[in-house]
Amino acid sequence: MLSHLRTIWQILRHSFRRPETIQYPEQKPYLAPRFRGRIILSRDPDGEERCVACYLCAAACPVDCIALQATEDEHGRRYPAFFRINFSRCILCGFCEEACPTLAIQLTPDYEMCEYDRQNLVYEKEDLLISGPGKYPDYNFYRVAGLAIAGKDKGEAENESEPVDTHTLLP
Amino acid sequence: MSEVLRHLILVFGVLIGALTIAAGLIWLDRGLLAAWQDRYGPNRVGPFGLIQVLADMVKIFTKQDWIPPFADRPVFVIAPALLVVTVLMSFAVVPFAPGIVVSDLNVGLLFFLAMTALGVYGIALGGWSSNNKYSLLGAIRAIAQMLSYEVFMGLSLMGVVILAGSFNLSKIVEAQKNLWFCIPQFPGLVIFVIAGIAETHRLPFDLPEAESELIAGFHSEYSGMKFGLFFVGEYLSITLISAMIVVFFFGGWLGPVLPPILWFVIKTFVFICGFILLRASLPRPRYDQLMSFAWKILLPLALLNLMVTGGIVLAVG
Repeated sequence: MLSHLRTIWQILRHSFRRPETIQYPEQKPYLAPRFRGRIILSRDPDGEERCVACYLCAAACPVDCIALQATEDEHGRRYPAFFRINFSRCILCGFCEEACPTLAIQLTPDYEMCEYDRQNLVYEKEDLLISGPGKYPDYNFYRVAGLAIAGKDKGEAENESEPVDTHTLLP
Repeated sequence: MSEVLRHLILVFGVLIGALTIAAGLIWLDRGLLAAWQDRYGPNRVGPFGLIQVLADMVKIFTKQDWIPPFADRPVFVIAPALLVVTVLMSFAVVPFAPGIVVSDLNVGLLFFLAMTALGVYGIALGGWSSNNKYSLLGAIRAIAQMLSYEVFMGLSLMGVVILAGSFNLSKIVEAQKNLWFCIPQFPGLVIFVIAGIAETHRLPFDLPEAESELIAGFHSEYSGMKFGLFFVGEYLSITLISAMIVVFFFGGWLGPVLPPILWFVIKTFVFICGFILLRASLPRPRYDQLMSFAWKILLPLALLNLMVTGGIVLAVG
């Protein structure tokens, strides 16, 4: 009984507390520096798409909100023919970002993407692609990878030695 | 002619006043609960969210008014109205100020008790006609709870009747000119407040609704304005019980300086806020706890209070 009265008194004292509420549209909440929000696809420093359509993000996605189709251009570079993220399903977990071997897919701190029509939450590649390199300004997958594409043969990548000729005995 | 007109104005004034207060209570309830939980509450629609009530009304009127096919149609429709009407009837005997009372009945107190007792029909029939097991459980709880608390709600008021020597509410208020009954009748006040909460089935005694156990209890199947009527009825009965506490124990309209009607309104609002505070702070008891609390503690206390008061009055007077 006494504890009940004490509870009532404690609650009454809350009349003089400031509300904890952040009045959102007028007042923005503090976001942690690594806040995970809307997903984007970045480009490498040369302005080409970083995504090599390896499907790892789609495989990692726990809610299966990523859909893409791989294709290859005339230089031997793989890229997605379409890349679709359904943000009405996305839970912003960031697994796709962790899975991405080329640092193409990245999460931004933007979270304001309300729509009146559910269909508008399905983002196509044009909506996802940004013009810059995102969080990793200098990274270019094809310049560090050993893969040969047009204009860059094997052994020409950064920190990569010439390929060894396995058919010769000379040192 | 002027007498008839005066009565008509009084009746409609009380009716509209009570309904307005009941609607405003929705806003007050949400606002106060929010303040006690360190939130803002409704503050988007209009200044301080005051138009929220209107927005809610528009919403609830435009909702689909669905009657389940398995329900007992006529009873289902009539039940919410019954609840509101019985509560509104009680307002007829509330003396707001000297002369401002719809019907100055000589048995006003008994009329009030009778009407609150009838109020259980609205809930019981609503729960039963829904033909839903949760509704039925809620209705059964409501009947048992309200019947048991009815008993000593009446008994707790008998001390007041003995002191005032009348069942007439205006006379009861006038009898408190020198001393409010909350002092000599303190046990009666406590019992009446507890019984009042149980009568209005507000938290902590909201077992008939108990949304965490019974979905929404007796009004699970109600939608649209029928559901709204149950809510209006609940807020009306809070207002009624607060007004009755003021009339029986806190000297009704009596008070210095300010006009009597204002005193009445102020006191009533203090108790309404008290009701909301209880809602914000206390957990719901278990059903058997509720019943044993009623029959094993409050009923003997009420009887004891009645006996002691009667003995003292007999010895002194």
